Amino acid sequence: MGGFNTALFFDMKSNREIINLYSLTLRVPIIFWQLLFFVGPVLFMVAMSFFLVKNYRMMEAFEFINWTKMFSKNYFWDSYWFTLFIAFISTLLTMVIAFPASFTLAFRVSENFRRWAIFLLIIPFFTSYLVRTFSWYVILAEKGVVNALLSYINLGPFIMLNTHIGTLVGYMTLTLPLVIILQTVTMANIDKNLIEAAYNLGCKPYFIIQRVIIPLSKTGFIIAAIFCFILSFGDFVAPFYLGGSQEPTLPILILDTTKSGQQWPRAAVVAIVMMVTLFAIAFIGIMTAYSKSFKNDKR
Amino acid sequence: MTSKINNRRNFLKLSGATALSMPFVSRAWASTLELNMLAWYGHGEPDIVGEFEAANNVKFIPKYYAGGDNMLALIAQSPPGTYDIILSDAEFVQQLNMAGYIEDLNPSDYPFDDMLHEDFTKFPGHWANGKLHSVMVRGGHLGVSYNKTAISEEEAQSYSCFWKNNVKGKVGHFDWHLPSLGMMSLYNGNGSGLWDLDTKKWNAVQDVTMSLRPQVGGYFDYGGTFNSLKNGEMLAMCGIGDWITGVLEKDGAPVGSVIPKEGGIQWTESYCIGKGTDKTDIIKKFINYMLSPEGQVKSAQMAAYPGFCITKAGRAALIEADPKEAKRSHQMEGMANDPIALINDGRIHYRDIPKQQSLEDWNDFWSEYKNA
Repeated sequence: MGGFNTALFFDMKSNREIINLYSLTLRVPIIFWQLLFFVGPVLFMVAMSFFLVKNYRMMEAFEFINWTKMFSKNYFWDSYWFTLFIAFISTLLTMVIAFPASFTLAFRVSENFRRWAIFLLIIPFFTSYLVRTFSWYVILAEKGVVNALLSYINLGPFIMLNTHIGTLVGYMTLTLPLVIILQTVTMANIDKNLIEAAYNLGCKPYFIIQRVIIPLSKTGFIIAAIFCFILSFGDFVAPFYLGGSQEPTLPILILDTTKSGQQWPRAAVVAIVMMVTLFAIAFIGIMTAYSKSFKNDKR
Repeated sequence: MTSKINNRRNFLKLSGATALSMPFVSRAWASTLELNMLAWYGHGEPDIVGEFEAANNVKFIPKYYAGGDNMLALIAQSPPGTYDIILSDAEFVQQLNMAGYIEDLNPSDYPFDDMLHEDFTKFPGHWANGKLHSVMVRGGHLGVSYNKTAISEEEAQSYSCFWKNNVKGKVGHFDWHLPSLGMMSLYNGNGSGLWDLDTKKWNAVQDVTMSLRPQVGGYFDYGGTFNSLKNGEMLAMCGIGDWITGVLEKDGAPVGSVIPKEGGIQWTESYCIGKGTDKTDIIKKFINYMLSPEGQVKSAQMAAYPGFCITKAGRAALIEADPKEAKRSHQMEGMANDPIALINDGRIHYRDIPKQQSLEDWNDFWSEYKNA
């Protein structure tokens, strides 16, 4: 009996080893990929932030001067707070603007229509973001399409290019389709019986959205908001080309820092601050999305 | 059957011929000499180098940069000998030379006796310890660039037009501190000492620049500057000159550039031979081509951005080949804004780097200014 058990034990052990080896083999490429293309460059960037630049050439060193220099500059903090602020506004606006479209696609149209709509929302990603941004010049210019239309009702012209409005339009060019897709998919997966139950129990449409749909979509919505924030926070194209680089966001500050004097180590400081900020925000967002209170809400 | 044989024979003949000719094709490819060029945008394009390439069986491989710092960084980060030919802004030649990135040149190889101005033969920074390191090939002037519907030519005669009420929020900056702050220094009356600012003068330049901030509508790269002037989003532009408005003007846009009474700044582009290249002879030939009447006309008509001729023969050729462009760019003797006359009148100051501050100081202030 004991012999039988021992054999079974070894069989199980060997199976477990095979299974572990199998799963490990599957994990290796992604671990290798992350180490090579994420952890490696990040570590190098951290190291680079302590380097010095002499005669436009980086010299290996371990000096804190880049950190003290950047942190002591008012323009760095101005850019930091402004970038946080405008990325937050962009996220808020995008989430609000996307919601009616997502709601319609999730609940008011056929499944076939929704599939086509999602496909059409993906299409903008086939073209270059830079090209899409430049196309806004024609639309937002003082003598552009929007102002031409407004002039028929004796409004305008409004200055939109080289303003924060231009920047926000650029951010939404990048993020709105993605946010609509994420919101739509999230809401489309809600159990319709729950909505019908709320309705049958006399809940008004507004409260169904507030008390049933939004709580049930919270995880997807927060993920969409995180994506929107990350993309806006790190975007260089919209604030530079549609916002006229005023006020400069952190990605523009990185460019300015490298452009004059080739201060890559100082640019690395800015980049690390950006990464830490995004990491913190994404962490808080994800913790909130999967928090216990959310699960309670869901119940 | 016959047709099949014919087809087969034809196929075999064709295949044989192709196979036999392959070595010649590859030899023809191999004999095309590649020249790695580091330059501002446009200098390696077909409108400039196309004919030279065809005539000499060479191929330029351009790497473009924007700004002298960017150029220095690209060289610093590349192995020696990466670039065979380097187009540099004159003020950065000294640094290229000090860092040992460029070869010495022999003055007798170039037509210095044909230069339109004596300064061009002994350009500051091109010579060090009696040795030549770079040859000027073109230049241009920076001053007040403006939309003629918003600013009159008389008003454009002073940098004070940037502070006009009707251009509030519509003054743009080319996003590079050197020309814009240089202009502010000129506006403050620093004249030929515009780059040599003591603390008091530097503070005054910062103050006057900050006072312009409410007027500013944006900071642009080449494309953005071009677009914003073209579509009327910006009505005046600080830090540029005819190198941008010239292209727009030729397209019929109501824009222009003038050198105001406080003076203007000259940008100067010069060719250097990269250290360690083994293609010196063909590069010398190319530099001479760019200094030849034909090359000078091409430079003046350059699609990316025009520059003025610096040789007498070049200017004569431009007047003959394209009198309209020669007239538009005032490259005719007797014209009020003839670039050479402006230099002789002392209204033009060659672009340089700050003498008493570092480039970093100027850049820091520029970042503060943008954030203000």
